[in-house]
Amino acid sequence: MRPFTYERATSPADASAKAASIPGARFIAGGTNLLDLMKLQIETPAHLIDVNGLGLDKIEETPDGGLRVGALVRNTDLAADMRVRRHYAVLSRALVAGASGQLRNVATTAGNLLQRTRCPYFYDPNQPCNKRQPGSGCSAIGGVSRQLGVVGTSEACIATHPSDMAVAMRVLDATVETVRPGGATRAIPIAELHRLPGDTPHVETSLERGELITAVTLPKPVGGAQLYHKVRDRASYAFALVSVAAIVQPDGTGRVALGGVAPKPWRVEAAEAHMKQGAKAVTAGLLADARPTDDNRFKVRLAERTLAAVLAEARG
Amino acid sequence: MKFDTPAAANPIDQLKVVGKATDRIDGPLKTTGTAPYAYERHDVVANQAHGFILGSAIAKGRISRMDIAAAKVAPGVIAVVTAENAGTLGKGKWNTAALLGGPEIQHYHQAVALVVAETFEQARDAAGLIKVDYQAEAGAYDLAAARNGATVAKGEPDSTVGDFNGAYTAAPVQLDATYTTPDQGHAMMEPHATIAAWNGDKLTLWTANQMINWGVKDVSQTLNIPEENIRLISPYIGGGFGGKLFVRSDALMAALGAKVAGRPVKVALTRPLMFNNTTHRPATIQRIRIGATREGRITAIGHESWSGDLPGGKPETAVQQTRLLYAGANRLTAMRLAVLDLPEGNAMRAPGEAPGLMALEVAMDEMAEKLGMDPIQFRILNDTQEDPEKPGRPYSQRQLTECLRQGAERFGWAKRDPKPASVREGRWLVGMGMAAGFRNNLVTKSAARVRLDGQGMVTVETDMTDIGTGTYTIIAQTAAETMGVPLDKVAVRLGDSNFPVSCGSGGQWGANNSTAGVYAACMKLRQSVARKLGFNAAEPHFADGHVSSGGHTVPLAQAAKDGDLVAEDQIEYGDLDKKYQQSTFAGHFVEVAVDSATGEIRLRRMLAVCAAGRILNPKSARSQVIGAMTMGAGAALMEELAVDKRRGFFVNHDLAGYEVPVHADIPHQEVVFLDEVDPISSPMKAKGVGELGICGVGAAVANAVYNATGVRVRDYPVTLDKVLDHLPEMT
Ligand SMILES: Cc1cc2nc3c(=O)[nH]c(=O)nc-3n(C[C@H](O)[C@H](O)[C@H](O)COP(=O)(O)OP(=O)(O)OC[C@H]3O[C@@H](n4cnc5c(N)ncnc54)[C@H](O)[C@@H]3O)c2cc1C
Ligand code: SF4
Repeated sequence: MRPFTYERATSPADASAKAASIPGARFIAGGTNLLDLMKLQIETPAHLIDVNGLGLDKIEETPDGGLRVGALVRNTDLAADMRVRRHYAVLSRALVAGASGQLRNVATTAGNLLQRTRCPYFYDPNQPCNKRQPGSGCSAIGGVSRQLGVVGTSEACIATHPSDMAVAMRVLDATVETVRPGGATRAIPIAELHRLPGDTPHVETSLERGELITAVTLPKPVGGAQLYHKVRDRASYAFALVSVAAIVQPDGTGRVALGGVAPKPWRVEAAEAHMKQGAKAVTAGLLADARPTDDNRFKVRLAERTLAAVLAEARG
Repeated sequence: MKFDTPAAANPIDQLKVVGKATDRIDGPLKTTGTAPYAYERHDVVANQAHGFILGSAIAKGRISRMDIAAAKVAPGVIAVVTAENAGTLGKGKWNTAALLGGPEIQHYHQAVALVVAETFEQARDAAGLIKVDYQAEAGAYDLAAARNGATVAKGEPDSTVGDFNGAYTAAPVQLDATYTTPDQGHAMMEPHATIAAWNGDKLTLWTANQMINWGVKDVSQTLNIPEENIRLISPYIGGGFGGKLFVRSDALMAALGAKVAGRPVKVALTRPLMFNNTTHRPATIQRIRIGATREGRITAIGHESWSGDLPGGKPETAVQQTRLLYAGANRLTAMRLAVLDLPEGNAMRAPGEAPGLMALEVAMDEMAEKLGMDPIQFRILNDTQEDPEKPGRPYSQRQLTECLRQGAERFGWAKRDPKPASVREGRWLVGMGMAAGFRNNLVTKSAARVRLDGQGMVTVETDMTDIGTGTYTIIAQTAAETMGVPLDKVAVRLGDSNFPVSCGSGGQWGANNSTAGVYAACMKLRQSVARKLGFNAAEPHFADGHVSSGGHTVPLAQAAKDGDLVAEDQIEYGDLDKKYQQSTFAGHFVEVAVDSATGEIRLRRMLAVCAAGRILNPKSARSQVIGAMTMGAGAALMEELAVDKRRGFFVNHDLAGYEVPVHADIPHQEVVFLDEVDPISSPMKAKGVGELGICGVGAAVANAVYNATGVRVRDYPVTLDKVLDHLPEMT
């Protein structure tokens, strides 16, 4: 770990301004991802701005009947919130499918959205990795890639975004609220938060330097059966090989997003037009552009079968 | 004490303490966090500095240039050790590659430097400033590709009985199948860790090591200093599984660092280093051929195994059990060793049998199916009470059939539908599988010292180790039983090279041999006690803290009223293990459910019925077996060190990438020990169980998956992608 300085921000605007002006500054929330990366010197911030004490840890109802989830709300608290469990069950289910109880007690809403990939080569500083060291190459292509992405990937990077929570938020059409260094705020649709790698896999989000996430807003409940099915080699405490977040309405229409397959929560709205035709048709649309490796080709079939199981469960 | 005739009745047979389910005597220390593990021994020596190991970034080649200038002047840095300033180093008998690399690099993450600094973070930061230029060379990293160049390993000739080829060819029912097992990591909780301190030319290492005496010898050989100048102290070990049988880079680099820094240095391997810097269980390719009569009698059994290791390394002895487990007049076993430039392979819990049975016991399942026989019946039909390679050489005890019969009964095997993929519960495909478990019992000498003091306290000292297995407790039970005192009158001190040399912990030989050594010392102490108390006539009776003879009863403590009585002895063995084959047996039963949509495999029930001699402490023995069953489930379903075949290293080198079972993976586990005493094995009449529990489990899981789905996976681990394409169509 490189030596760093540390301060507690006094307000969201203060945090954002400092993050923009102090070289090498980073926010720290739960620290469950950032600290691990710092120990391996994959991240080497010179200054940490602690955003835990800013009152961003509340879940409030919005005037239009939705929920505003503070950026610092812990994963455990969000999953357990009665309003979330009742009206946004897919989110609750996705959260408890992630990490472990101990980690969820500390992990925050914003930190979870911005956690970095679990590509094993990204985690080994001896290995070329375009995401960690732009231009050095991608070791995963042609290497061990069973866990990695099949769609939305590029010649430069095939890593996935590992979050479960984000997949549910994508299917719920959440909005990410931020404050920027000048103090201005903006709302980013979750679909636009994460970027595809293209030839700049190190640029992962549309956030500006110093931009602080203050909350994630969920629109008013859409009802339906809300399911999250995470497939993994062991029963708990493992990242998804494939996950399916789905909201299925009584008339058979609905929404689907996939986790574990792409550099961002993967949703193709056009594919949802085929919901009534079943999993095959929907997956065909979702993964039309899939370019799997030999190691992870099974994910395409697995996604289809998992969705089929989810749709069967939704039908009851 | 020489043990060369089967044990007669002896004080252990009283079973007042031995054989009773007993809580660990070191339990309170563990649960209060006060058991001193190597890295946390802040109190043993003052002024400890921190060392951080830099591992090689390439798998094979040379260091062409190393720039340590920036690291040396980094804040807090005291010293930097590399091959250039480490002096001439030897290599330990138990190491294949050098523990400190440079200029030649033999494997990925081989240590190339140690940075010593005031704090751990300073050392780690400075290690990142070392610039190493490598000249990489091409290496061999793919076992399948290297297979054809593999050769017979030194000391591991083929073994043949009768005419295997002829009998196999003539057999009316034949099986010829190839199985693979991947490289696996020990992944124990406590990393390799050492604090080293020099006092003049004397070196003390507080470390985590299963085999104290091997360790002393290998440190001596590596540092070129006399054994008597080395002290190894390792009283508590946070898991080893064979990964800590040997001196590793933490110990060597701490010793070198302490020398250069002129003060004590502590070093722990970071988790990412543990997979490529240390040893692992090597991958295997195994071909099994079985020929049988239509009635199911095996006439030919052949098992060939290919594995790889660094030059000078050893094969994974995966064919070992096939020489002994089943009858059959015509036999062939063979091992071939390929040179691979991956990190060095070595022992991991039940080396040989664990991966060997993962193949053999699936082959037996396949053969039973070909024969249209129940797999248990097939095994029982081919049971043997003598060494099938050496007819006339009996087993000391062999209750395999009983294990299988009892297991079948308890598990409800009769309810199993032998037709695969025929039981469905909702979205789950359900199946049962079984396998035989087999692991040899190894006897080896082991010494101990016992002291009786004026308070009647018995203190045992031996360099034996407790790697989490419960050794403290069974040694205390042995001493308590033999000396006729309650358990709380026994103190046990382990893991110090100043104590008499024991068998150490490995190969499931620890429990039987170390307690037999303690028994020998206690029997000697009893003689001193009798002499001291003037009980010369008949053998006195030791019970309830008293000694009685000829109508007199006196407190045991009285024998030490003029000063402590001390006795030291060792157990040594004659040739009973040549005359008799000594092994332990199990029947493993598993029920799995496979998600018919996703192929996810989840265990539902596990049962092991074990026959392993006298069970010294049923509570810790059960813990050993359920832990081993868990490890076997991991081997079956998820554990795999993923090899990057271009760059030559294990890619998933942390506990997020190298998956081992978590609680949610492990269902109800039941363990049954058959009532057995084995007077041929030792005066304790015990054998080992710590490895038996893993042997066969993987195959039982794979067989259950087959029964559930009809998919025969021959390449471990059995992951969902390997069954997915064969699952029922979805509507
Ligand atoms: C062993 C392990 C297993 C795991 N398994 C899973 C799993 O199965 N599924 C899953 O979804 N996740 C899993 N996780 C990841 C876990 O969910 C994340 O580590 C966690 O959500 C990150 O939240 P945090 O608050 O600790 O983030 P931090 O580590 O504090 O921060 C992460 C990043 O977000 C930035 N950041 C934090 N807050 C803000 C803010 N308000 N505005 C802008 N930037 C911000 C930080 O600068 C940093 O770059 C696992 C983690 C571990 C260690
Ligand atoms: S897939 Fe992406 S993260 Fe992984 S090695 Fe390639 S560039 Fe790096």
